[in-house]
Amino acid sequence: MTSNPGAHLTAIDIAASVRSGERTAGDVLEEHLERIASSDAEIHAFNHVMVDEARHCAQAVDTAVKAGEDPGPLAGVPVALKDNMCTRAVPTTCSSRILQGWKPPYDATVVQRLGMAGAVVIGKTNMDEFAMGSSTENSAFGPTRNPWDTSCVPGGSSGGSAAAVAAGFVPISLGSDTGGSIRQPAALCGVVGVKPTYGAVSRFGLIAFASSLDQIGPFANTVADAALVLEAIAGHDPADSTSIREPFAELFPHLDDGVSGTRIGLITEMMGEGIDADVAARTREAADALEAAGATVQEVSIPAVNYGLSAYYLVAPAEASSNLARYDGVRYGNRVEGNTTDEMMFATRTEGFGDEVKRRIMLGAYALSAGYYDAFYGKALKVRTLIRADFQVAYEKFDVLLSPTSPSTAFPLGDKTADPMAMYLNDVCTIPTNLAGHPAISVPFGTGDDGLSIGVQVLAPPQGEQQMFTAAAVLESAAPGGAR
Amino acid sequence: MSDRLPKSPDNAKSPNNDGGANQRISADDVAKVANLSRLTLDADELDLFTHQLADILDHARDIEALDLEGVEPMARPLPLVNVFRADEPGEPLDRAEVLAAAPSVENNQFRVPPSLGER
Amino acid sequence: MSDASGSTIDLEKWEIVVGLEVHAELSTRTKLFSSAINQFGGEPNTNIDPLTLGLPGSLPVLNEQAVELAIRVGLALNCAVRPSEFSRKNYFYPDLPKDYQISQFDRPIDAEGHLELPDGSVIGVERAHLEEDTGKSTHVGGGGRIHDAGHSTIDYNRAGVPLLEIVGKPDIRSADQAKAYVSELRAILIAVGASDGKMEEGSMRVDCNVSVRARGASELGTRCEVKNVNSLRSLGRAIEYEAARQVDLISAGEDVQQQTRHWNEDEGRTHKLRSKEEADDYRFFPDPDLVEVDPGEEWIDRVRAAMPVLPAARRHRLAEASGVDLAKTAIVVERGLDELCLAAIRAGADPVRTLTHAEHNLSGGRSSNLDPDGFASLVGMETGGELTATQAKQVLAEMVSSGDSPADIAQARGFEAMDNSELEGIVDELVAANPDEWQRFIEGDSKVMGFFVGQVMKATRGQADGKVVTKLLNSRR
Ligand SMILES: [Mg+2]
Ligand SMILES: [Zn+2]
Repeated sequence: MTSNPGAHLTAIDIAASVRSGERTAGDVLEEHLERIASSDAEIHAFNHVMVDEARHCAQAVDTAVKAGEDPGPLAGVPVALKDNMCTRAVPTTCSSRILQGWKPPYDATVVQRLGMAGAVVIGKTNMDEFAMGSSTENSAFGPTRNPWDTSCVPGGSSGGSAAAVAAGFVPISLGSDTGGSIRQPAALCGVVGVKPTYGAVSRFGLIAFASSLDQIGPFANTVADAALVLEAIAGHDPADSTSIREPFAELFPHLDDGVSGTRIGLITEMMGEGIDADVAARTREAADALEAAGATVQEVSIPAVNYGLSAYYLVAPAEASSNLARYDGVRYGNRVEGNTTDEMMFATRTEGFGDEVKRRIMLGAYALSAGYYDAFYGKALKVRTLIRADFQVAYEKFDVLLSPTSPSTAFPLGDKTADPMAMYLNDVCTIPTNLAGHPAISVPFGTGDDGLSIGVQVLAPPQGEQQMFTAAAVLESAAPGGAR
Repeated sequence: MSDRLPKSPDNAKSPNNDGGANQRISADDVAKVANLSRLTLDADELDLFTHQLADILDHARDIEALDLEGVEPMARPLPLVNVFRADEPGEPLDRAEVLAAAPSVENNQFRVPPSLGER
Repeated sequence: MSDASGSTIDLEKWEIVVGLEVHAELSTRTKLFSSAINQFGGEPNTNIDPLTLGLPGSLPVLNEQAVELAIRVGLALNCAVRPSEFSRKNYFYPDLPKDYQISQFDRPIDAEGHLELPDGSVIGVERAHLEEDTGKSTHVGGGGRIHDAGHSTIDYNRAGVPLLEIVGKPDIRSADQAKAYVSELRAILIAVGASDGKMEEGSMRVDCNVSVRARGASELGTRCEVKNVNSLRSLGRAIEYEAARQVDLISAGEDVQQQTRHWNEDEGRTHKLRSKEEADDYRFFPDPDLVEVDPGEEWIDRVRAAMPVLPAARRHRLAEASGVDLAKTAIVVERGLDELCLAAIRAGADPVRTLTHAEHNLSGGRSSNLDPDGFASLVGMETGGELTATQAKQVLAEMVSSGDSPADIAQARGFEAMDNSELEGIVDELVAANPDEWQRFIEGDSKVMGFFVGQVMKATRGQADGKVVTKLLNSRR
């Protein structure tokens, strides 16, 4: 493994220097814009770089600092957003032809909160269309490449956000995770990625894929940076009915608590068949490292997770088939004309959506349709209950759980595009936490036989982010090559 | 759940099929859901999607082995109830900004081709 | 197919069975799931926010007041108010912004109730559930040629307005009863402050399920759902037309097909929209963007404690206090005059005269100057013979407009009870002046009675009591 292709200052360092007046947000921004200008043609992390808006925003931060005001914990930190978060008057496309050029008339809650924290939103990142995919190859605007090896995928669906951090275009970015779409690309790009507890971060302004599974979370080069941005965006939002009302956990004061006495369970079902040997080996080393740091580690079986993939590929498409109905060419987005409204809707959707999106819409419509609901969607909801119950049993004995994030390292572009099922298997370790609504974090932990990044996943019970981050910080410092 | 009612009249949809997961998805089924989803498939696409959806549904067959008798469905991850907003007006969106993003507009309304049939 | 327009049903042989689904727009300030204003009319597309337009990323948050109103209606309809859940009803339509409607499906907030009509009949209510309204499409142009079909424009101001869909049981047996049901429901909705009930503005929209069966049959016939019924008058017409159409079909040996049909007010007939087979597959599933609603005993009790007395209870109360038939109390209650009448009766007024005045000589709302004690003393003057019926009516009208006491008004107008000797004198003069007419009266021509009464009234400037005059004339025959 070479050094991080985009090694640079952390968000914490940037914010500290901007708040103290040591550097200006404007200078920080220009450095990052330069990196993007020189290298993003090759990586294609961004769908849209917000040069003017970002400069305007950086200027406001600098004005505040000069006036003796504190712009906030993310002062002057450039942030990239997955292109499924609404930014007012800035193109938001979900990497779909159907929304190409669409400019929302409002900001997502996370965008408002980043602004209040002093962050400088720098652009919108590439993704699998409507967040459906695990390689960012399903983008209507061409794939994103893995900064470590540009012949390989960055993972997905938040591949652009993962690659943007890995390439040093931004110190932090936001992605969304429905079945692993933050953690899997984080693992494949060698960065930290967090899926918070369902309801921890507002979904208002996040363009829905599967509403009961979607959750926004950060990418960062360090666990501490991820904590910094998560604390800024998490917390109750009255605009989201599924938002958790209690205040979000305090992460920072506990990052250095260590894992002495922490009970950690290594998930048996995620260490065997279907997991590459090198990935399993690194995960065992991660477990050993945690044990060496004072934790107790034991294997634990969570039988129901074996059915996670099946349940997920019924629940997520079902919700998606409904969430994506609104792209009908009437109110916004791109229209293909027809002689009747019906013809217009057929033409608009047939030309506007890519194959993976069509596949999932049809699968979901089928799972919900008369005569099939009970056999498919209804059963899948019951499997969710079993998965949550099995996790609950495990969390009676363990504080956090451990597993690989992804079964393999980054794979070459085009490797799995012809076989949907092979692509779906990428998310076998990440999906169960989405179904249960639990948090999980992926931390880089060494490399595979091919020299590419491997991530291990720390899972925690609902609202257990504090212990999850403490364990992640220990893993980070114990990772081969040391803390970055 | 004990408080579930029979479906309301316009909702009533007697399952026209009792095969459920036992039957393999057919090209006819795929054509039907494509139509429900307002998607047009040509013959090759219909064939390809039918095979792909069948593969995915075959994989999903493993849940048939589970005993789900008496298990409550989990439609939402959080056990929240009674999340309300007060009945107070908020800021409306800027109409001009919204209409500027619309595919076709007439007299401050969204324009569409004729709709055949009514609901 | 036979054209049923104009044909009437032989009700000895056939029975009409009707179940109504009423959509009532709730009187909230804002929409069901967002803070855009709930208001009829207005500039197109001004009451909009991200959810109203179904913008990507928008989310619903339930309006607490809509739930409160649904509880009020539920209690008013004697329903169980229950834990409920919102589902998505999926279908593509341009005035449906998300291309799904958020509606309560198998877990409605109100279930299993009933309401009582003025004639005492009871109609079951299956359920009442909350759901969002759609936007409004306007068809433009077209020029009548098929290849020039025009286009539509859509205003989303109405999209997301809270609706309560009240699904009645098929307990209605005639067009008149259907109209009475809708009137009663409307009165209840207004009484509890849930809706303004304005059918002409679409605040109340009625779909009717109509079937017919041979009288005496126990099984229901195949029903058709008739849509686009926009007034009480159309409701009656549509039911009668549709029932006659079905009877004609059956009489001709054909089957009634289960269909959704559209009422055309101008043509006075229904036509087919779609058959049962063509119905959409709505793919209902629980809306993951919303959480369950469980009002709980405390909330329900609070609403119950604040409930006004409802029309049916008011009718019973008035009937009991006045001793008149239940059915005769309906108009008085409808006009909101029952409290006034009850108080007047308590103050000693004759119940029947009180209700007669309320029914014939008072209108709702314009009686604000009338206090129960004044009303009671007016009725007392009339029953005591101090005022004739005609005089009492005039005095009452002035009491309503001026608020003065009946005694003062009667005095100012010179209304005084006439003694009989004065009347005798007038009759003597009339007999002398009209000998021919008097002769005919004596010989039994009753038509002449009117002539003499009229003459007496003329001579007394209407102050004579007609009944007394009649009696006097008869006594001289
Ligand atoms: Mg209905
Ligand atoms: Zn309805």
